[in-house]
Amino acid sequence: MKNPLDSLWGTVLCGLILTAVLYFLARAMMTGG
Amino acid sequence: MSWEFIHYGLGRWLHILFGVTWVGLLYYFNFVQVDALKRANAETPPAGGAITRHVVPLALFWFRWAAVATWVMGAFLLGDKFNQALLFRETAYVPIGIGAWLGTIMLFNVWVLIWPNQKRVLGLVAASEDEKAKARRVAFLASRTNVVLSIPMIFFMSSSGLLHYPVFAG
Repeated sequence: MKNPLDSLWGTVLCGLILTAVLYFLARAMMTGG
Repeated sequence: MSWEFIHYGLGRWLHILFGVTWVGLLYYFNFVQVDALKRANAETPPAGGAITRHVVPLALFWFRWAAVATWVMGAFLLGDKFNQALLFRETAYVPIGIGAWLGTIMLFNVWVLIWPNQKRVLGLVAASEDEKAKARRVAFLASRTNVVLSIPMIFFMSSSGLLHYPVFAG
């Protein structure tokens, strides 16, 4: 499997996915749900 | 001049000013330089030498010290809430705590992975061709990792604070 970080768009996509994951994590930590 | 103005006015201004310098150079390396060097070195004769000699060391100098200045100003801004944020002890400080952790990991990558390996690549530290190739790969992946981390880091920095609480609780 190719490393997504070798491609610029793969890198940006990883960043966007991580943003979504951390957003829901923060939301759960703040609302207790 | 009040302490509030120094802390939140000047402090936030300098944090953003240094942060723009740091992340701006990070994006320059990843969005411009990597590809430009590849193209320049594919020419006959290879034309990337001037970039490597004159641009990269200067860009790396501003890059690594802007990283330190950004982190220091971020810690200054958090002030006595530093522990609450980084240890997630207060609900309102969760977003900035996540942003601060991302920025801290990025600072670690700059000083522990990118800069020492770039010194080998640039010939500032003696290294064989094999070691240089390995150092180039490690520095590249650490730099790309920082681009990944910068995307949520900027989100959490810009959306943190009580005024933006509905972003998370809404």
